[in-house]
Amino acid sequence: MTTSNDRRALIDRLLGPGEPEVTCDECFELLDQYVDLEAGGDDPDARLPGMRAHLHGCPACREDHESLLEFVSLRSRT
Amino acid sequence: MQVITDESQAWLRELRDPATREAAATRLHGLLLRAARFEVARRRRSLAHVPAGDVDDLAMQAADDALISILAKLDTFGGRSQFTTWAYKFALLEAAVKVRRRAWQGHEVKIDETVWTRLATSDQSIGDELETGELLAAIAQAVPRCLTDHQRRVLTALTLDGVPVDVLAQRLDTTRGALYKTLHDARRRLRAELGEMGLLG
Repeated sequence: MTTSNDRRALIDRLLGPGEPEVTCDECFELLDQYVDLEAGGDDPDARLPGMRAHLHGCPACREDHESLLEFVSLRSRT
Repeated sequence: MQVITDESQAWLRELRDPATREAAATRLHGLLLRAARFEVARRRRSLAHVPAGDVDDLAMQAADDALISILAKLDTFGGRSQFTTWAYKFALLEAAVKVRRRAWQGHEVKIDETVWTRLATSDQSIGDELETGELLAAIAQAVPRCLTDHQRRVLTALTLDGVPVDVLAQRLDTTRGALYKTLHDARRRLRAELGEMGLLG
């Protein structure tokens, strides 16, 4: 750790989101709905509380979310 | 009440009807393969040491496994998204897990717990880093004091050593969800400890 940003990022990874979050299984169950709401311009966090915090705290689910959102967006443009 | 779109209804109908099931499954597999190849391409850099043919095999296996999961879970589709979005997530997950595991194949997962001692005693007095340095040192001191051996090893592997959760789950013969629960409990314990010390707002 050499910079303040590095330290803050590490602290963030160690302590996680610190607010109520869904589990990995619940995240997978809700992911398609969350992404369709996002892609449609709705506010997914108002409809599906706990998802944003989990995506913040779980790198694997965050990557799955980024991939699905990007792929769905790409498909809708082609 | 959810309204299933016409397109999603058509997928369900064709995948359930014996007369159209095979053709619909073949068409769906094609879409799943595109999704799996997209995911594998995104992660290609982590597979630099893997032959191109093996990489495409991963995508094909992911599409195959996703199709099996989808057909088994067809009745659980509730229409809260487009059917294709629901289906894509299975292919993307299968591909991501396969790539993470393939990238770590043959690599030993080493969990270096001496890092907590180093972090606990690292220099905290660098100008505006004082506050974050103190907090980091407090966390590092709290880890051996407050967490179980299992919580400490999972926290170390996932947050410091960069081991993907799916890889660690495979090595420990458990699941992503179970490991994340352990991580979540460890984080909650650390937050409570730091809160009692007045270090968290």
